[in-house]
Parts: sequence; C-alpha cells; structure tokens
Amino acid sequence: MAEVPVNTARRRFLTGSAVAVGAVGAGFATVPFLSSFEPSARAEAAGAPVDVAVGKLAAGQMVTVAWRGQPIYVVHRTPKMIETLPSLDQQLADPNSKVASQQPKFADNFYRARKQEFLVLIGVCTHLGCAPTYRPEVAPKDLGPEWMGGFFCPCHGSKFDLAGRVYKGVPAPTNLYVPEYIFASDDLIRIGVAEKQA
Amino acid sequence: MIQKLGKWVDDRLPVSHFWNAHLAKYYVPKNFNFWYYFGSILLAVFAIQIVTGIWLAMNYKPSAAEAFNSVEYIMRDVNWGWLIRYMHSTGASFFFIAVYLHMFRALMYGSYKKPRELIWIFGVLILVALMAEAFMGYLLPWGQMSFWGAQVIISLFGSIPFIGPDLALWIRGDYVVSDVTLNRFFALHVIALPLVLLFLIGGHIMALHEVGSNNPDGVEIKKNKDEHGKPLDGIPFHPYYTVKDLFGLGVFLFLFATVIFYWPDGGGKFLEAPNFIPADPLKTPEHIAPVWYFAPHYAILRAIPDKFLGVMAMGSAIMILFFLPWIDRSPTKSIRYRSLAFKIILFAFVTAFIGLGYLGTQPVTYWTTLFSQIFAFIYFGFFVALFLVSRFEHAKPVPERLT
Repeated sequence: MAEVPVNTARRRFLTGSAVAVGAVGAGFATVPFLSSFEPSARAEAAGAPVDVAVGKLAAGQMVTVAWRGQPIYVVHRTPKMIETLPSLDQQLADPNSKVASQQPKFADNFYRARKQEFLVLIGVCTHLGCAPTYRPEVAPKDLGPEWMGGFFCPCHGSKFDLAGRVYKGVPAPTNLYVPEYIFASDDLIRIGVAEKQA
Repeated sequence: MIQKLGKWVDDRLPVSHFWNAHLAKYYVPKNFNFWYYFGSILLAVFAIQIVTGIWLAMNYKPSAAEAFNSVEYIMRDVNWGWLIRYMHSTGASFFFIAVYLHMFRALMYGSYKKPRELIWIFGVLILVALMAEAFMGYLLPWGQMSFWGAQVIISLFGSIPFIGPDLALWIRGDYVVSDVTLNRFFALHVIALPLVLLFLIGGHIMALHEVGSNNPDGVEIKKNKDEHGKPLDGIPFHPYYTVKDLFGLGVFLFLFATVIFYWPDGGGKFLEAPNFIPADPLKTPEHIAPVWYFAPHYAILRAIPDKFLGVMAMGSAIMILFFLPWIDRSPTKSIRYRSLAFKIILFAFVTAFIGLGYLGTQPVTYWTTLFSQIFAFIYFGFFVALFLVSRFEHAKPVPERLT
C-alpha cells in the first residue's frame, strides 16, 4: 500500500462526530429507564372518586377516608368553630387562601369550603408529608393558650387552623390542600370530582 | 503439584502480584493505634450485610401486601431467620458506628489532607451511598416508621423549587409512598446501591494504597526509606496488621454479638417501636423519629423553621464534608502537634454532632428547637473556625520520624 499522509484533522473530526452521535444515542437510551420511574398507567388510574356520607357525622367530629392512598379529612365544624376563623388573620401566613395551588377556586375564601360547616382537606402536611392530628380542643396544655383548635403536625410541629390555614412561623410553607369535591346530595360528599355533572 | 498449579494460575492471573502489592509487601506505618481498626472492621461489616442480605432476600416479599408479614415470617418460622434478620438490622447501626468513628479518626489525624484528598472524597461518597442504602432498607419491613420516614424523606426532595414536586413523584412512582415505591426501593437496596458501594470502596482502597496510610503522628513514612527503598518506619501489612486487625475484629464481633443476642432493637434506637406496627398510610405515629444515625442531620433540618432552607441546611451539612481538605489549610496533620484552638473546635464539633443526634430523636419543643439551632450553628461554625484557625495557628514542630 502506498504511503498516504495521515489527515489528522479529518480523523479528529470523524472521531469527534462519532463520539457526539454516540453520546446522543446513549442519552436517548436513558429515557426509557428514567421514564420508567414515573407513575405507571395503573397508578394514574387509581384515583377514582370516593364518597363520604356526612349525614351522621356529629358537629365537631372528623372522619378520615383514603383517596389516591392519601388521607382525606372531613370535619363537621360547629358554628363556634366557624366564628373563630376570621379572628385569626394576624397569626396566619395566608388567611385568605391567596396561594392558588392549594385549593380549587370554590375554596378561595377564609373558610375554604363549599359549605361553611363541612371542611374537606387532604391530610398531608405541606411541610414533609406527615398526617397532622386533629386537635379541636381550645387551649390544651401542650399547644398553649393561643390555640383555637386546628391541626397539629407531630413530625415537625406545624400548626393549621380549623380551615387548614397554616400559622406563621412554622415549618410548613402553605395551607393544607383542599381536594376537588362536590356535594352529590345534601349529605354526601364525592371527593375527586371537579364540577357537578348536570 | 500444588506449586505447579499455583504457578500455572499466576502466569495467567496476577494473584501473587496482588498479594504483594496490597498485603505482603504493602508498607504501613508501624504506629497505628486503636483508631485504625475501623477500616478493616467496615470491610467485614460490609461483607456481613451482603451475606445476611442475600439470605433475607430469599424469604422477603417486596410488596405492600406481604412485606410486613414476610418479615414476621422470617423472624418466627424461618430456621435461624431471627438471627439473620437481627444481624442485618444491627449490622446497619454498627456500620454507621464504625463509619462515624472512622471519619473522626480522619479529622483527628488530618488523614484527608494532601495527598489523601481523593481518599476522603471517596469516603464521603461512600457515606452518602450508605445513607441512601440504609434509608431504602428501612422502608422494606413496611412498618409505621418505615412508611412515614420514607414519606418525610421523599418530601424533602419535593421542596426543591420548580422541579421538586415532579422529582418526588418520580422517586415514589406514585402519588403516595406505595407498593410501587417499596418494590423499587427493594431493587435499589439489593442490587444498585450495593454495586455502587462496592465500586466506591474499591476506589477508596485503591487511592489509599497508591499514597499509603497516614498515621497518628501525621508523618509521611515514604520520606525516610532504607537502601532497598522500603520505608524505615513502615512494616508490611501482612502479617503484622492482618493479625492486629483480626484481633480488633474479634473484639468488635464480640460487641456485635452481644447486641444481636441480648439487645437486638438497641433499646428502640436500632429498631424503633412503631416499626413493629404495619404501615398505615392514614395515620402518622404520634412521635416520628429517624434511626439514630440520621438523627443529627434530621435535627439540623428541624432547627430551621423554613421548609426549603431546612432542607438546604441538612444537605449542606453533608456536602460541606467534600471540601474539608481545602477548608483545613494547616500543613500539620495530626492533632498531636496542632494548636489548642484546633482541639477546642474539634471538641465543640463532636459535642454538637452528638447533641444533634440526641435532639433529632426527641419530640419538638421550644428547648429542643433552641438547642438544635445552637448545635447546628456550632456544626457549621466548626468549618468556618477551621478555615481561620488553620491559617493562623502555631503548630508544634512535627518530628522527622515516627515517635
């Protein structure tokens, strides 16, 4: 074979472009593996609506149901509980539910519900996901004389009032989530349905 | 015949080369003390975790419906299952005990300093991988603490701005910690992370054997060599340190066995009481606390009353370790020749770490929060103080040879 001078520039170009194309291919090959970590079709389909009958829920009581595997709190607020809500504005971080991501449009008010007496919340602390405990009593020993009833997270001490609104100066940054729900009838709450089907 | 076979293999595989390079002709300072046991102990614990883990995987079922019961099945019905399970769960705690002591040794004797920066960085990577491994392993029994611990830790990732919520969803593979999460954590715990750990440990030891061990005097033994090029203050690892390390390992295993047989839950510190209750996604236990080895970092997280900043502080508490070789600017390695100021800040750092470890397991009160904040300040303050102290300190003269 005849001596051909080595064209190093061409070699470097070919090597470089082969590596670049190979890297792009390898990048695309990671997509199925990374995407496989996303919720599967089955997990996405598991969010079927849940019905809660509240006719027999006594005033002041809470019932917990599971929806999408998360705890859903339904509280039947007494008139006295509702009365305390407007008085707490100074102590709350977002008293008028201005952070839009935390509730559907209908709960964009100080009592955060469709009907004042029924509070529906996702019982997942907006700090690190513990389930806050329902503490309706006024001024218990461990929560101090200022406590007007609400939810207390045992994990990191976040406090929420009886509308799931977060207090100032606690680790949780936002109010508890209000899920989409409707009143299927006067005493039946359907959780996970956006608007009343006509 | 055997000799012939040995030679046949050796001509095809560098067995004797490996033996000499890493054991028989690997020279090590002659003055290793108590603190130098933990490296070989950690290798032994790693081996114990691998072996017991394989045996556990034979009977464990990684599904939300069956996991809790399969662990009870291992504990009650599988022959010697209780022993293998307790070896594995106690092994996790002892792994961290040895790791923290091993790291403290490095702090005392400046083992992270030039030319050993990479050994230290490999070491911190091992710590991070080990934490991930332990965290995922703790989910597997599917008890209350497994579930809510995972819920909290995965939520930490959710606090990262913009990508956080999607990232948390990606890690869980579901809208809550569920069967999907359990199954993938099992895969990562038994295959992915042990492999990562194996590679990192390999890198750690290769880097160590390239530059040689530090020692309690912080004197480089390679500076003084005899006419054959062997360090005057060095002795071959085998047989001297193999025998010494075996003795240390014996004492360690004695303590290990004592815990396994007489105190397997470590008084609620190694295996927490709520974890003997099956996971209930609707009810958080009254008081949730991490296992002791995560408690210091968890206390730092809780000390800061802001979600994202708390997570950042917790992350930086580990990340800052990577920079230690450059934060400490003093050429003097060993605490034996360093200033009083260094001794004081190191003592304060260790006190803060232990204090945070205690506070991280306690319920939140005004006082635990206040002290967590003070200790967290000292924890980070140590690195700032070290940066300044190491620049201006008057160290004692370091001897030429080992003492």
